[in-house]
Formats: sequence, C-alpha cells, structure tokens
Amino acid sequence: MPFGINETMGQYSELFMLLAAGTYTVAFIAFAWDLAKSSRALQAIELKAAQAVEPAKVPAAVGAGNRAESSVGGPAGRAERPSSSAASGTPVGGGIVTAGADMKYSAARRAPARVAVALTVLGALIHGAGVVTRALGAGRVPWGNMYEFLTTGAFVAIAVFLLVLIRRDLRFLGTFVVGLAIIMLVAASVAYWTPVGHLVPALQSYWLIIHVSIAVLSSALFTLTFAMSALQLVQSHRQKTVAAGGEDKLGFMRLVPSALSLENLSYRINAIAFIGWTFTLMFGAIWAEKAWGRFWGWDTKEVWTFVIWVVYAGYLHARATRGWTGTRAAWLSIVGYLCVVFNFTIVNQFFNGLHSYSGL
Amino acid sequence: MSERVNVKKKSPAPDADKVSAAKADAALPALGAKEMLRFAWTQLTSMRTALFLLLLLAVAAVPGSLFPQRPANPSVVTQYIKDHPDYGKLLDSLQLYDVYSSVWFSAIYLLLFISLIGCVVPRAIAHYKAMRSQPPRTPKRLSRLPEYGTLVIPADAGIPASDAIHGAVGLLRKRGYRVEVRDADGARPSLGAERGLSKEVGNLIFHTSLIGVLVSVALGGLFGYSGQRILVEGDTFVNTLVGYDQFTPGTNFQSSQLQPYSVQLDKFDITFDRESQGKFGQPIDFSAAVTTKENPDAPAKKETLKVNDPITLGGTSIYLTGNGYAPVVTIRDGDGNVAMQGPVVAKLQGDNYYSSVVIKVPDAKPDQLGFQGFFLPTAFVTEQGVSFSGDPALFNPQLSLNSYYGDLGLDTGSPQNVFEIDVKDLTPLNARNLDAGGITLSPGATYTLPDGKGSISFDGVKRYVGVDIHHNPGQLYALIFALLAVAGLILSLYVNRRRAWVRTGTHDDGRTMVEYGLLARGEDHRLAGEAAAIRTLLAQEWGLAADPQQDGDRQEDSTQSQQTPSSLGDNGAGTPTPASPAGPEKDQ
Repeated sequence: MPFGINETMGQYSELFMLLAAGTYTVAFIAFAWDLAKSSRALQAIELKAAQAVEPAKVPAAVGAGNRAESSVGGPAGRAERPSSSAASGTPVGGGIVTAGADMKYSAARRAPARVAVALTVLGALIHGAGVVTRALGAGRVPWGNMYEFLTTGAFVAIAVFLLVLIRRDLRFLGTFVVGLAIIMLVAASVAYWTPVGHLVPALQSYWLIIHVSIAVLSSALFTLTFAMSALQLVQSHRQKTVAAGGEDKLGFMRLVPSALSLENLSYRINAIAFIGWTFTLMFGAIWAEKAWGRFWGWDTKEVWTFVIWVVYAGYLHARATRGWTGTRAAWLSIVGYLCVVFNFTIVNQFFNGLHSYSGL
Repeated sequence: MSERVNVKKKSPAPDADKVSAAKADAALPALGAKEMLRFAWTQLTSMRTALFLLLLLAVAAVPGSLFPQRPANPSVVTQYIKDHPDYGKLLDSLQLYDVYSSVWFSAIYLLLFISLIGCVVPRAIAHYKAMRSQPPRTPKRLSRLPEYGTLVIPADAGIPASDAIHGAVGLLRKRGYRVEVRDADGARPSLGAERGLSKEVGNLIFHTSLIGVLVSVALGGLFGYSGQRILVEGDTFVNTLVGYDQFTPGTNFQSSQLQPYSVQLDKFDITFDRESQGKFGQPIDFSAAVTTKENPDAPAKKETLKVNDPITLGGTSIYLTGNGYAPVVTIRDGDGNVAMQGPVVAKLQGDNYYSSVVIKVPDAKPDQLGFQGFFLPTAFVTEQGVSFSGDPALFNPQLSLNSYYGDLGLDTGSPQNVFEIDVKDLTPLNARNLDAGGITLSPGATYTLPDGKGSISFDGVKRYVGVDIHHNPGQLYALIFALLAVAGLILSLYVNRRRAWVRTGTHDDGRTMVEYGLLARGEDHRLAGEAAAIRTLLAQEWGLAADPQQDGDRQEDSTQSQQTPSSLGDNGAGTPTPASPAGPEKDQ
C-alpha cells in the first residue's frame, strides 16, 4: 500500500459532505422558488398578452411541441425534426412552453435561479473538497465502496449538470438534479456510511480507476436523463391536456422545454452515457478476466450491468422505431435508470456475488 | 437496424378496417409455405421484432440473478432445491438454475442474432451500392428541405451560374462531401453532395462485431478448459488431469492440450490492515511466491502470484482465488505407527479465518480414525465456553477437535467430500459431552487418544492457496470484436450523414441566384450549424457578407448584410430562379 490511512482527513471529508448536503438543500429551495415565481410572473405577462393576441394562436404553438407524440415517427421523419423545430429560440407569448427548444439562455432575468445556481456551485465546491479529502484520507481513489461511490457519483452528477449549464439553460432541471444529489448524499451518510479504509486485494488494480470512474460518470449522465425523461412525460401529458382544451394545472412546467426538445437532448446525453456504459461493461470484463480468470461469468452484478446495457440499447433503437418514440422511449430511459439504481442498491447488498464490495 | 419500419401502408378508404379484415380472411388460406416463410422472415427482421427481442433478453437475464446458478455454484443449487421442497423442483424443470444455457434464453438470443443478421446483410449490400453510386438527384424544390437558404451574387461580381456551382463543388469537397455536378452548362446547374457514409459503416461494424463476440464466446466454450487446485506451502502442481482437484473441460477438449508445466508454492504472505479502526484485521495484500517450470526439463523461475495479477504459463493463466490455513498434524495409530503426517487444509467458515477441519485417517490400525473440529488462528473463549477467532493472524493458533474411530467407509470406492465426514457409523472417542472431553491443541502439543487408539500432534501451521487455471482461446477474439463494436458504435452515433444540394441560376437582371438545401439521415442535431457553416463558406467564396439571420446567433455581432434579403424580394413570378422567398427559416 503506497499511502496510509488518515482518519482525521476522513472526518473532515464527512463534515464537508454534510455541509455540501446543507448547501444543496438551500439551492434546492431556491430552484423550487424560481419555478414557482417565474411561472407566476410569466402567467401575468401572458394574461396581458392574451388580450392582444387572438386565442387561435395557442393550438398552433402546442402543435409544434407535440410532434414527438404524434405518429410522425421513423428515421426520415425524425431527421427533419430537430433542426426544423429548433426555430423558436425566444419565448413567444401565448404558448404553453416558454422555454426555447434549443435551451439557450434568454434575456429574461430569473433572480432566484441565479441564487440557486450560485448555491449549487458553492455546494459543489464543498462537495468536491469532501471527495478529495476522502481520497487523501484513504490514500487512493474515492470509489472503493458504496459510500464512496455514492458521494463521488453525486458530485459527478452535479459537476456534469453545472458544466452543461455553461452552454445550455437547463436550470429547470435544478430541483431534480440537486434533489437527487441530496438523496444520494443522505443515503450515503445514513445507510452506507463506511470509515476510511484500505482496499481489499480484489479491488487493488488500476482497473478500479478506469472501470469504476466510467461507471460513475455514466451513472451521473443517466441521472440527468432520468430527470429529463420524467419531465418529458409530465410535459407531454400537459401538452396533450392543454391541446385538448383542458386546464393547465402545472403552470410551472412552462419553464421546461417542450417534450420533444427534452426527448432530443436526453437522447444525446443517453448516447454518450451508453458509450460510457459499454466501456464500463467491457473494462469490467477485462478486469474480471484478470481478477477471476474469466471475462464473463453471469455474476449477479454482471447480469444487471448487461440488463442495463440492453435496456439502453433498446432505448437507442426505440428512437428509430415507429410507435416507440416520445413517451415510450422516455419510459425505457426511466426503466434503464431504475435498473441502475437497483443494480447499485439491491444487487450490491442483498444478492450474493463476486462484486460484494459494499464495505458494509 | 432495419429501416423497413418506415414503410407504412396507408389505408386507402375510410372503411379500410373492414376491407383489410376481409382481405386477411381471404388471403390467409392462399399463403403457401414459401410466402409464410417470407412473411415470417420479414417479421423477424423488422425493427419492431428486434426491439422486442432485445427487451425480452433483458427481462430473461434477470432470473439468473434471482436464483442460484449451477455453473457458478452447483452445491448451492442442490441446497436451494432441498430448502424449497414446494417449488424448488419446478424451478429446475423450468431451467431457472441454468438460465444462461436454458432453451428459452438461448432461443431469445439466437432469434435476436438471426434477426440481426437478417438486418445487417441487406443493409450492408444496400450501403455498398450507395457508396458506389452518386449522391441522389437534386430535388425540384430545395425549399422543402429542413435546412434551406439562398444567396445572391451581384451581377458586377462576374460569377456566372456555372462558375458559382464549381466554386461550391470545391468548397463542399474540402468539407468532406463527395460531390456530383449536374447540368453543368445548363441554365440551372446543380450539385448533389453527400458525406458521413461511415455512419452506416460504423453501424454495420457494431452489429457484426456483436456476432463476432458471440462466436468468440462459443469458441472458448468449445476449446477452453478450466480447473482448480489447492496448494499448501511446499506443494507442487503439475498441469496434467490428475494434478487438478476439479476440472471443467470444454466440449472439444483433449487432454493433449495440457502442457505439463509445474508451479510450486514456496511461501504465501498476507498483510492485514492494522491502521484503520473500522477495517482492522482486514487482509489488504495477498502475495504468493512460486517457482514455475515451463516443462519438466525447463529451468526453474521465481515468480509472484497476486490477486489481480495472474501468471501466464503454457497457454493458461493461473489466478490466486482463495487462501487459508493448513495445520500440520502427525497422527499415530493404535499400533504406534505414524498413520498420517502432513498439512490438513482447513475450510474457511467465519470471520478471522475461523475454519473447519476434517481429518480422515484410513491407514490407522487396528481402527480407522476420524477427526472433526475447528482451527482458530487467534483463539478466544467466551464466558459461555464458545470459542471464536479474534484475529486473522497466528497470535494464538488452536486446534479443537472431536475424534472418532470405526469404518470411515472409504473402502467402498464411492467418492467422499474431503471437507466432510459422516460420523453416523463411527464411535466417538473425544467430544465435549464425553468424559474424555474434546481435544484442544496448541502448536507443539500432542494428545493421546483414549483407549489406546493412538495420538495426535499439532506440529505447526502452513498456509494454502486456491488457484484457478483457465485456458480460453476465444477471449482475445472477444476483446478484439468488443473493441471493434465500440469503434463502430462511436462512428454510428457521432458521424452525421448529410446530403446537400446547391442549385444556381441567372436572374434577368444578371445577378447569380444560389439556393442550397441540406437533409440529414438519422439523428443530426447539428444540421442547422452545418447549414450555417456552408453558408458562411459560400459567402466568403463569392465575397458576400453572410446573412446574420440565417446563421443563427453565432453571427449575431457581425456586421449587417446589405444585400441578400432585400434583393430576394424582387424575384418576378415565372423567372427561372431557384430562390424562393418562403424558406422554412423565414416563418419563425
């Protein structure tokens, strides 16, 4: 072992994790406030605008956003969708979705959202310090057991979210992503807490760095797309209700882009995550060959990693299959993420297998 | 996979349901065997079926993680069936303990791969043809394409329509398009261009490589073999069939495949964690010093075998998979002769190397002897008299045994598990509930058995390792195909297949009118960016200012264009001009 254990450092790390969770909680409230406030402000503006604009315009805007759910599927049909529908970049009064399809920042000021993002950045800095001190305390990469995988995974999810925020206005995802990060941090500290310690020999390999880091990164991306797919389902339901002349009960959802643009962006992120998961599977197989003598043995963890891979492969294919775009694809993305969660929680703790490294 | 899904037959009449139902009724009996096969093949290779099979495969893989699996651990399966008399046998008949070699799992993945082949082959042929043919003809109305734009070259620039098209050709070729010019000297020359054909190549490589991975796995199953062996310090393993404790040959295995190399375990060291509080005493390093020989005549070589660091020898890999303690004992029989001398492999049972010990002494005379008990590296005894191991290292090694005499049943020829002893037919000599009590030994101590049955000495403790030996000729190919699959996947997801067309014409007033359109095949969120980039390049080529409106927000700060939008307006009706004022970008 190259480094020793530093338990003081480990205690600092735990303190940082708690502080980060606290900061995220405030950020979460700010994000929620932003959704409520901005949507009320928008409603007020639109009420005024509606008096000037004839009501006939509403269904038209709805129709554009609803195309994902109509049967205009198929590769050729879809090829035209992303670019042609990316036309409206600025909020148009009267539509039920004010967020632009390309998810660029608009000129409108959203003070609570700014506060929320600033708090998330602060939380991420503290969180990052927690991850680094954990690594220093253990003298190795901070993903050797479930506690470390969760805390590091939550950090990566937040970091990816903040990185995407630089170029795209995904602040509508804030409550979701920050909320999930809080859940992950709390679950790690309450259910999976493990003191700093050495790695068991089975984990002492450079493949731990390669295999698990890609798994963490892919899981973080799947977390983002899970949030987007869930929102897509809500948005698509809302768009249908409003298009059918129903009452819009979820006013705050107007800050969220249309179901179609959510679907397109989550497809792009899922494609990256799928490649990452393919690498996770492959590097895992190479490591398994080195550690156990066979590259594939249907160990429970291998089974579930394979199941996740197949579900997301199905998702990618669904987008090219008539009748499977839109809502069904979103469900596949959600099922895939539930498998990721199941693989991490239930399989790690309750299934016997070679991957029993929970550290519990 | 198959793009056939796109073809949907439109119902011709409002009462099409009735008609088609009637048709189906009428048509079905007429379907011959050939048509049925064709119908089945079309169904099987459709994207929808492939997707269904893919999701079914995911579902079918799950039970293998819920129930114990024979290939992984056959004894657990036997125990599970015993523990669940109500449904254990039923699950077995459904092959739920052999999920991954079951009929139903195999059927799903074989159908999936047949579907995949049925998809890949026609697509490969179609793509080969596409790669050899020219880009598709220029559509009549470019304005209907998802990306469309126009440019106007002023008359005084001196660039006629044919020159303009040639300029566009060079420019698109540089951008990686393959380009064909049509009607170069006509009134309205045009070009068709296409790029990103490697997207489909990547897609085909990905799917073909998956077949390659499957074949590689099958190859390993046919010609591979694997086995286990326990080696106590000082033991030597020779790679012959008798050298293995357990051996699993592949379907086509031949014993001549085994190269007679040897591995001797010289010493085995464990480092325990003495630093952290939570994991105190957890092993953090296993290291086996071994001496290897490629063949009986080869020079000896010192090597270190560790977890995650196998030794390769004679086409096999040798893995360190287990370890434990082997107390060394000497047992004398009732006649006073040494009936057994050597290390006894103790099987791990609990924390801190709390291990079970079974000693069978069939050579003891006049009575065969048997011992059963525990080995504790650091023995502690609770107030209730329960002994446990307080540490994994040898701080206070102790052997606690019961002893028996009688017929061990080994002479009948039926195989026995060396780690278990059936004491049913034996007479107990030592046990806690007997007057003689149990046997408790520290290293160096000797215990004389009651009734002159002999004695047992605890001479010392050695360590043993469990090694797995594997030979899998398929795994290198599996790796190569897996890498190919990833490369193909990345190509298919990140190369964008695009078609572009440019058409030029001369306006009555001498201006050269240019229109262009782009179309993507498959997912392409960057098509608008590509259209903007091509527009900028074309404008530069002809010395025009790019139109900020067309180029999206990346050009927002550039100087306002003076020419294009206004000059578009005065295209008279009937003029053979390509520029139509109502491009899709206009109706924002």
